[in-house]
Amino acid sequence: MTTAALDDERRVRRIAFSQKLSHWDVRISPYLYISPFFILFAVVGLFPLLYTAYVSVHQWHLIGGEGDFVGLDNFVFVLQQPQFWIALRNTFSIFLFSAVPQVGFALVIAAVLNENLRAKTFWRMGVLLPYIVAPVAVTLIFSNMFGDQYGLVNNFLHSIGIPPVQWHSQELPSHIAIATMVNFRWTGYTALILLAGMQAISRDMYEAASIDGASKVRQFFSITIPQLRPTLIFVIVTSTIGGLQIFDEPRLYDQYGQGGANSQWMTITIYLYNLGWGQLNFGRAAAVAWLLFIIIILIGLLNLAITRRIASSSDLPSERKTRKAKVAA
Amino acid sequence: MSTSRRTIAAAVAGAAAIALVATGCASGGDTGSADEKITLTLATFNDFGYTDELLAQYTELHPNITIVQNKAATSNDARDNFFTKLGAGSGLADVEAIEVDWLAEMMQYSDKLTDLSGDDVDGRWVDWKTAAATDPDGRLVGYGTDIGPEAVCYRQDLFEAAGLPSTPDEVAALLEGDWDTYYSVGQQYVDATGKPWFDSAGATYQGVVNQIENAYEDNDGTVIATENPDVKEAFTSVLEASSTLSAHLGQWSDDWFAGLANGSFATMLCPGWMLGVISGNAPDVTGWNVANVFPGGGGNWGGSYLTVPAQGKNTEAARDFAAWLTAPEQQLQAFTNAGTFPSQVATYDDPTLTGATNEYFNNAPVGQILIDRSKAITVSPFKSVHYFPINDALQKALTRVDVDKSQTIEQSWDQWIADVKALG
Repeated sequence: MTTAALDDERRVRRIAFSQKLSHWDVRISPYLYISPFFILFAVVGLFPLLYTAYVSVHQWHLIGGEGDFVGLDNFVFVLQQPQFWIALRNTFSIFLFSAVPQVGFALVIAAVLNENLRAKTFWRMGVLLPYIVAPVAVTLIFSNMFGDQYGLVNNFLHSIGIPPVQWHSQELPSHIAIATMVNFRWTGYTALILLAGMQAISRDMYEAASIDGASKVRQFFSITIPQLRPTLIFVIVTSTIGGLQIFDEPRLYDQYGQGGANSQWMTITIYLYNLGWGQLNFGRAAAVAWLLFIIIILIGLLNLAITRRIASSSDLPSERKTRKAKVAA
Repeated sequence: MSTSRRTIAAAVAGAAAIALVATGCASGGDTGSADEKITLTLATFNDFGYTDELLAQYTELHPNITIVQNKAATSNDARDNFFTKLGAGSGLADVEAIEVDWLAEMMQYSDKLTDLSGDDVDGRWVDWKTAAATDPDGRLVGYGTDIGPEAVCYRQDLFEAAGLPSTPDEVAALLEGDWDTYYSVGQQYVDATGKPWFDSAGATYQGVVNQIENAYEDNDGTVIATENPDVKEAFTSVLEASSTLSAHLGQWSDDWFAGLANGSFATMLCPGWMLGVISGNAPDVTGWNVANVFPGGGGNWGGSYLTVPAQGKNTEAARDFAAWLTAPEQQLQAFTNAGTFPSQVATYDDPTLTGATNEYFNNAPVGQILIDRSKAITVSPFKSVHYFPINDALQKALTRVDVDKSQTIEQSWDQWIADVKALG
């Protein structure tokens, strides 16, 4: 009997312990499962971010290393440089020339791909092709095509009687040329993301709209676009981050890689690179990096707000319409 | 060697003030035990002419040593890599190639490099080549590989068509003289054909500035660039000549490469390694030739060194390897492989060099021409740490007027002065 009682006690305790284990399992495991991301982020994301902040308030030479603490001197210096403001202007100009048409074209392409096409997969993979070409290769080919004197584009313009455009020496043309490269690579990718969003839209709405006699165009503007809101926000935010960090294309656009003799297409990242690796001044480069970080966050918040407002205000008519459609049904 | 670098900053860090030719501090000759297995890494860029066959000769002499060569595409890539890892204190190859463009920058950190001086290499190179790689303490930190004595490359067929004398000897006689002679012959050519004479203001200016001893800095390192009348004179005269003579092609741009092949200009300043650039990018043109002449005397553009970073594990073995690789015999093989003109004095009597001809340039005796051109170099410009950024900004100033045509000479000069101030 004593042994049986002991056995019981043991069993009870064992059950209690394994219960506790499974309790921990439920409470802790989810965090353990996602922890690799956060550990990795802390190491390769958060730490460099904070360390850059530390560097930016010091005199810091690429080889000489850490110097004196200078407070915000690096930021003050950078903000006083006309080069910085030119770089900022160029970055925004290139960003607008690339992001706006890109999202527009991608919407149209996605809408077309969303129709009942033959060989769907072929077309869908087709638009993604430019994306798998290495950006360096794209840039080398495009910067050759945009040659000022002997480039393909100017030859073509010449043959149809348009005077050649100074793709490198003037500011606006150089921004357009660089934006073209960005659009070439990214439009297809963006289109596929939007397409995925479109496919999630309920077919019922389109059917109802068709019965109501709405044209394809009307359906596009009144159903597709409002329903795409979360996808659009995602696309716009990511393309903002990417657009403001643009580097490969302007860096390889000419033989010197410094953004042009008169800084025609010098972007913030090129300016950062010139400071850090050209002048070997890491302190100032780090200050530029932080300024860029702050700008990206501000712009990100701004276009989140704008996108929300646009999407929610256009929600109203579409809701009204669905209601109407329901009534009609 | 400098074939595809992006910057035109050139030549000879003459360091006249600190020209203590290396004598002392011979490093001990012991390489460690002969049968210890060692792997030596060698980092170069573009094409130094160090083929696998050439490197295999060293492994044959030293069976315990394995050589691994890493080639960077351009000198700029090599520079970024070099400075990043020099700062980090690890990751550099045992033997690192350095280009003269950024030699002065590197000389600030000469204590991070091994002293390579020794009796075995004493007097191996032309004096100014060694002087530039010797630090104020008399430590020699780089072994010279090649140099870039400049001649004039020209299109024989275009000269003929313009009614100018066109054989190499005639052209050498025609262009003999100063820069004004070069420009006035150019004007004749332009008047006769209506086509440009030289490729760009940037490249031409580089030839001019390399003949000024203290263009941007005094020997004590004080920046005098913006007040130096010689610089302003060079800047203005080159740009004034360019308005009628230049093809307005930014050097190393896609348009410029196209111009090499399509005859859009008739002459260009031509260091030894440029020959390979021309023949490589205009393989179908038969008219290019080389004249044994250079406006205003002689000039050097580009060239490289081998260094042994102190962070390496086998610095002794690396030094021996670098010494072997830059010995006259090996450099001559490299010259045959890649056209890199030797900086080693002993090669200048060697039939391999004196007898070298170049089929592409209508069998021009390029070996002898470059020897003569290197002997004509009389000025070794002073270049310290400020040289590279100031000259880089000046090249941009030239580009704004000559290539972009977005500013006048005066506007561009003023902007350059502001740029130089912002470097501080």
